[in-house]
Amino acid sequence: MLHMKDKKMEVSAIENGTVIDHIPANVLFKVITILNLDKIDKQITFGTNLTSKKLGKKAIIKLSDTFFIDKEINKIALVAPQAKLNIIRNFTVVEKRVVEVPEEIIGIAKCMNPKCITNNEKITTRFGVVSKTEVKLKCHYCEKITDQEHIEIV
Amino acid sequence: MKNKSLVSITDYSKEEYLRILSLADEFENHPNPVLLKDKVVATLFFEPSTRTRLSFESAVLKLGGQIIGFSDSSSSSVTKGETLYDTIKIVSNYCDLIVMRHPLEGAARFASEITSVPVVNAGDGANQHPTQTLLDLYSILKTQGTLNNLTVMMVGDLKYGRTVHSLLMAMSQFQTTFHFISPDELKMPEEYKYYLNRLGLKYSEQKDFGGSVNSADIIYMTRVQKERFSDPIEYERTKNAYILKNRMLEGTKDTMRVLHPLPRVNEIDQDVDANPKAYYFTQALNGIYVRQAIIASILGLK
Repeated sequence: MLHMKDKKMEVSAIENGTVIDHIPANVLFKVITILNLDKIDKQITFGTNLTSKKLGKKAIIKLSDTFFIDKEINKIALVAPQAKLNIIRNFTVVEKRVVEVPEEIIGIAKCMNPKCITNNEKITTRFGVVSKTEVKLKCHYCEKITDQEHIEIV
Repeated sequence: MKNKSLVSITDYSKEEYLRILSLADEFENHPNPVLLKDKVVATLFFEPSTRTRLSFESAVLKLGGQIIGFSDSSSSSVTKGETLYDTIKIVSNYCDLIVMRHPLEGAARFASEITSVPVVNAGDGANQHPTQTLLDLYSILKTQGTLNNLTVMMVGDLKYGRTVHSLLMAMSQFQTTFHFISPDELKMPEEYKYYLNRLGLKYSEQKDFGGSVNSADIIYMTRVQKERFSDPIEYERTKNAYILKNRMLEGTKDTMRVLHPLPRVNEIDQDVDANPKAYYFTQALNGIYVRQAIIASILGLK
């Protein structure tokens, strides 16, 4: 018979790397896409639908031997603005970071305007961020606003 | 301004507007200087707009330039499935300047980024039509003698009308007071009012002409289109409130002028046409001088 302890097994600890915590469970796969995690060869463990007081259901990603520069990790702020990063060295959290919405978003989001050239021709999308609290993106091409509610990841 | 594409009215500074306007004045006085000898301008109209195309082509021909292009995408390789990217890349080999009209928003910006040939946007969907705005500015300057401290009344479809949005952006640099006259369904969008608030400019919003018509220096009329209304009964009820009639101009300033980007349907009664305050047909003529000025300055010939 298994002990309770075994039944409660959580995602295992990592020696060196990055833990991305407080990801809303429903955007886990968007975060994976945005960070191109499907293309890296380091060990990755995910947990999703974990209980969270703040988010209801949250997801967590643990990446061994992987560290992000701000510019890279800030891209996920579009879908997971509350995400928190723990940088791990030798099984110890050496730094905690929050994500911040960048000034410009390139090639991640889709313009919500169906008449925008970017939705009709092969073009990398580009937005200026006009509001960060409730994210509003202004398309560099059609100049229309895509708001938080309508942000879709390319 | 040499080689600088004109895609959006905000691409140019106030000083650049003024330079274009003074050049336009030069062309009005001397309309046919041969500046574009050996120059080829491509007019690529992916959707038809006869008025705008003829105005551009007339401007080029008056300057002694040559024109290549198409007036409708059905007569180009677009119908064979060619991408905009490829069309622009190819045409760039053949010309010194591209004038383009496209039904999709952002098409001109994209084109300007993939070619070293300067691009003039002649309308991209509901987004921008900057040469229209510059000819509106020129018409205002000519009729009022200044662009500063004027009162501009905008009437009709202020929600979807790209000409009023661009004109608002441009005129907001000249201490303008605005009156917005529109049905509730077609009010000026919040983002533009927010912009005016930030600049500390005055504006009012009304549902009918009312008394402010007498304080206006410019009445800028636009079409109220039936298809913009979700409720057809609401359209029938409101449409007549936005028709300008000659008797409504009685108490207006002597120097006041009525502008309209054209084509009009019925929003300016024909009885206004004979009134010296009606300026919309001359406004269209001004388009030639302004487009000559834009082309000449982008090609670095003036």
